[in-house]
Amino acid sequence: MYCENNDDVIYMKTIKILELISEKEIWEVLFEVKDPEIPLISVVDMGIITEVKIDQEEIVRIKMTPTFAGCPAVKYMQDDIKEKVMKLPVKGVEVEVSYATQWNTNMISERGREMLKASKFALPQKHDGLVQIEMLTNVECPFCESKNTSLKSSFGPTQCRAIHYCNNCLQSFEQFKPV
Amino acid sequence: MNLSNEYIPAVKDLIFRMADDELILGHRNSEWTGLGPILEEDIAFSSMAQDKLGHAQALYQVLTGMGESDPDTLAFGREEKQMKCCHLVEYPIGEYDFSLMRHFLFDEADAIRFDMLVNSSFEELANVTRKFRGELKYHTMHAKAWVIQLGNGNDESRIRMQNTLNECFPLALGIFEPSGFENQLIESGVFKGEAVLQERWISEISHILKLANLSLPDIDSVRPSYGGRKGIHTEYLKPLLDEMTEVYRIDPKAEW
Repeated sequence: MYCENNDDVIYMKTIKILELISEKEIWEVLFEVKDPEIPLISVVDMGIITEVKIDQEEIVRIKMTPTFAGCPAVKYMQDDIKEKVMKLPVKGVEVEVSYATQWNTNMISERGREMLKASKFALPQKHDGLVQIEMLTNVECPFCESKNTSLKSSFGPTQCRAIHYCNNCLQSFEQFKPV
Repeated sequence: MNLSNEYIPAVKDLIFRMADDELILGHRNSEWTGLGPILEEDIAFSSMAQDKLGHAQALYQVLTGMGESDPDTLAFGREEKQMKCCHLVEYPIGEYDFSLMRHFLFDEADAIRFDMLVNSSFEELANVTRKFRGELKYHTMHAKAWVIQLGNGNDESRIRMQNTLNECFPLALGIFEPSGFENQLIESGVFKGEAVLQERWISEISHILKLANLSLPDIDSVRPSYGGRKGIHTEYLKPLLDEMTEVYRIDPKAEW
């Protein structure tokens, strides 16, 4: 069986990695990884990717911080990130869940907020650390933009959502709740 | 890890207590799924259950980083006597008034505990509690709203809330059972200790109970339900563990 000179192959591959893969490109791939519960928004816009590094052994090391400690989508997103980044010519990918940076809703990007709006979620209010109960009243309805709304439950179908009711257009709606 | 070796057993003990409380109460809260008195409460208890399990997992993960087994093994692979949860979290869900009062008393203590830990000298613990604090805000808001509303409702709701408070109070005092490591925790700057926590808790719940028109039993007249932190549990824990760990015991590597 014909076999290429192995050293040359490794050498060529290394050159290729050094030439082609930058942290910027990893970030671009991460934009393709979506939140499984809100498929319009990427993990980057969600603000959960806190670090991307390529180490000397050309292993990509990514840190992510969960939106909620018990978020069941974490494992799914971890696997999805690995799968998509591995399509690049890299030697390996590690995705570490870390609480060194603690996520809050202020970390959602402007584009992310647009996507939440497009998904018909009321937006989380920006806050300066801890949420106050007043923030949960008179939230703007994502359907008719009225503020004549009432909080029905600060817990919703997933950990990150609250349920409100619009007294103007008479619809229930969900808010991506501020944390 | 920024912790000197002599303090490691004390810190592990603290984290085991916290994690086991979250795991067991999370499990109990999840028993309301499908049974809540109204749909919103069904959802609230289920959602809080999910948060609590998340807190347990993150705390077990900190222990894993300190050389203990992986989080699943810690959650499902320990014997009853190795568990360090307090008695309050072990009790069955009972009637809604009991579960609500337990949720109120426990989460007020949890919120203050996390506030005390965000500046802990042990960074890993400080980091996770900073995360939990934002989530817990929703739990305490929820409990407070209902306790005040039902305490000021009709005779039946007020009497039921008062009776359940009387029943829960000695159990809740068990949250603060001293560990034997208190001095080390204080000395190392990891945690200011259960006594300080209990004092702050009493002051916070007294304020809310007053708004709810409910009276806190005299603390000197009740015997705190101690033992949980030392592995001595109520009759309710074993059956819960048996059920919760059934799949794990059949196949520890099972995934679903």
